[in-house]
Formats: sequence, C-alpha cells, structure tokens
Amino acid sequence: MRDLLNDIDRWKSEGKRIALARVVDIEGSGPRDPGAAMAVNQDGEVVGSVSGGCVEGAVVAEALGMLNGDNQPRLVTFGYSDDEAFAVGLTCGGIIHLFLQPLTW
Amino acid sequence: MSLYPLFAQRTRENKPVALVTVIDGPNIGAMMLIAPGMDAQGTLGDSELDRVVARDTIGEIEAGRTSVRHYGPNGQITPEDLLDTPTVRVFIDAFAPPPVMWIFGAVDFTAALARVAKVLGYYVVVCDAREVFATRRRFPMADEVLVSWPAPLLASRGSDLGPRDAVCILTHDPKFDVPAIQGSLATNVGYIGVMGSRKTHAKRLERLAEVGVHGAKDLDRLLSPIGLDIGARTPEETAISICSEIIARRTGRNAPSLRDSNGPIHR
Repeated sequence: MRDLLNDIDRWKSEGKRIALARVVDIEGSGPRDPGAAMAVNQDGEVVGSVSGGCVEGAVVAEALGMLNGDNQPRLVTFGYSDDEAFAVGLTCGGIIHLFLQPLTW
Repeated sequence: MSLYPLFAQRTRENKPVALVTVIDGPNIGAMMLIAPGMDAQGTLGDSELDRVVARDTIGEIEAGRTSVRHYGPNGQITPEDLLDTPTVRVFIDAFAPPPVMWIFGAVDFTAALARVAKVLGYYVVVCDAREVFATRRRFPMADEVLVSWPAPLLASRGSDLGPRDAVCILTHDPKFDVPAIQGSLATNVGYIGVMGSRKTHAKRLERLAEVGVHGAKDLDRLLSPIGLDIGARTPEETAISICSEIIARRTGRNAPSLRDSNGPIHR
C-alpha cells in the first residue's frame, strides 16, 4: 500500500475518483499476501497489484464498474469457487478474495 | 471522515498503523484507523464493536499481521454469543515498521547474514566493540554499524525489540557473548541465536551460570548452536541456515534446529 501513496496523492490532488482493491484473504496458493493493494482512478490508470498479473485486468473492469455505477464497496472473489461467479482464474489454482471500495476516506 | 491523510502520513514515517474495514455484514465499508498510543479514528458503527476491534488490532500491529476477524454486531467474540447474530467480518490491514535484526560481532559471517537479512526486509544493526572491525566499509549493506559493547546498546534500545525481531550473536568471545545473551534475554526479542560449536556452547553455558543465567525458561530461548541443520558451510550458507531458523520459529514449523540435534555441525 505504501508504494501506492504517491500516485494516490497525485490523483487526489487532481480531483480524480479512485477505487482501492486489497487482498483480504487467499485460499490455496496465492501470489500475493493479504494486504496487497492496487488503486484504479476514473481514467483507468492503475498502480500496484493484487496477483501475479492474472486478475489485474478484471479488477480494473470491476473498479471502473463500481466508480461509474453504485459506488458501493464489495467483496470480489477470483479463482475457482463454487459459485463460479467470476470466470477469471489464477494460474496457480488458488482463490483470492479482494475488497473493492471507493477511496473516499 | 478522512482517514487517508493520517494513514499516509504514518506509513511514510514508518510508524505502526492499521486500517480496519468492515468487509461483510452490516455497515460494509465502515472504517477505523488504529495506531498505538492514539485514539481510534472513525467507527465501525457500534461503540462496543469499535472497542473490541481496536484492542485486537493493537495485537495484530504488534505481530505485524494482516488478517480477517469475525465479530458480532456489538463486538461479541465467543462462539455462543455469535450463534444468532449476523457476523461482521473485519479486515485488519496492519502496517508495522520492518522487523529488526541486531548482529553482535563484526566477523565474516556478519556480512553474509546482513545481506540475507536485508533481502528478507530486516532493518539490520551490526554491533562490535572493536573499532577496526565495526566499520561502514565492511558492512555497507547494514542500516547501522555501531561501535559499542552489548550492554549499553541493549540497555538503551533493548526495549525497542519485540517478537518479530532477532538478535544474532556471532562473536564466539565469552566477554562479548555473555553480556549480549544476558541483555537480550531481558528483552522481548523473538529470536536469540548464538554462534559456536557444541563445545563452545557448553563452555558458554558455564559462564552464563556463573552470572546467574541458568533457568530453563531463559536457556530455552537460546538457539545455540545457531541455525537449522542443513549442512551449511560458507558464511552465505550459514546466513541462510540462520534466517531459515528464524522463519521456522516464527511460523512454528518443525524444521531441524542444530540446537535440538547431536553430533558434529559439519560432517
């Protein structure tokens, strides 16, 4: 998260709307530990990462959907879960749970 | 509510802080910022929940651990209290300063150990009483190189050491080892490793007993001979053996410490 601060500060000073996604839990093998974070601004600019590159694209789409939609924080799961709500898998076969929220705090 | 500026400030200053977020249950997205010695900022929506979560968060910061915890809407934590209530899942995102490794003794093994410790993210302090050996030039990778006897350093900064930190005593010299061990035992440091052959260790135990260190509770904290039994020979391999032991102790894994085996260290 520390690595994100400079970009987030700049986006804030430019008045950009920002979404923050953080890994809150992993099941099986996951490339990044809980706490790994990425931020996406309204223009689709990205800083940070939450996996080894497997799900970042999908997270950007989710983040922009949230910023342009209901703006409500939510849990998002990637990997092979029972509900298979998200088709994007991780190459390592693990499951990551992300918390996605607008950075309005 | 603006938590971000305070969070960014503390993170940049390397001061411990945690962001607490409700990720599931009532008040999803509610946040608190917790830092030791400071009033909690923000609220999760219930004062009792705030109090319990703040208390748990301080523990997580001290452990340097990021986790998800479950509570009742009013901070209930016992399973029977949680039976008929919706569960609040709270993400505790803890930011702690890097763990610290103090290395006593400016020897060949020190440079290798300092290098490996840096790879693992430690703040590394090298300390030796001999001015000619404890130099920046010899340990450019260390964060600090101090010319000091162990006792004054441990007296002035020992209280900074916690469960995530490590002290590695590589001097082999009783007049340095013994006060370093004594002083380290007086701290809350999580790992104390002491280098030396089994024979050296046996002699050291006698010296320690002479100065009153002989209780099982104290001696159990000493990893000596230092490191895992992986057949390390070079300074670099020994550094890996030491750092692996530190990791295994922290995670509670059953890796073979030299301390707990018999026979020659080098075969």
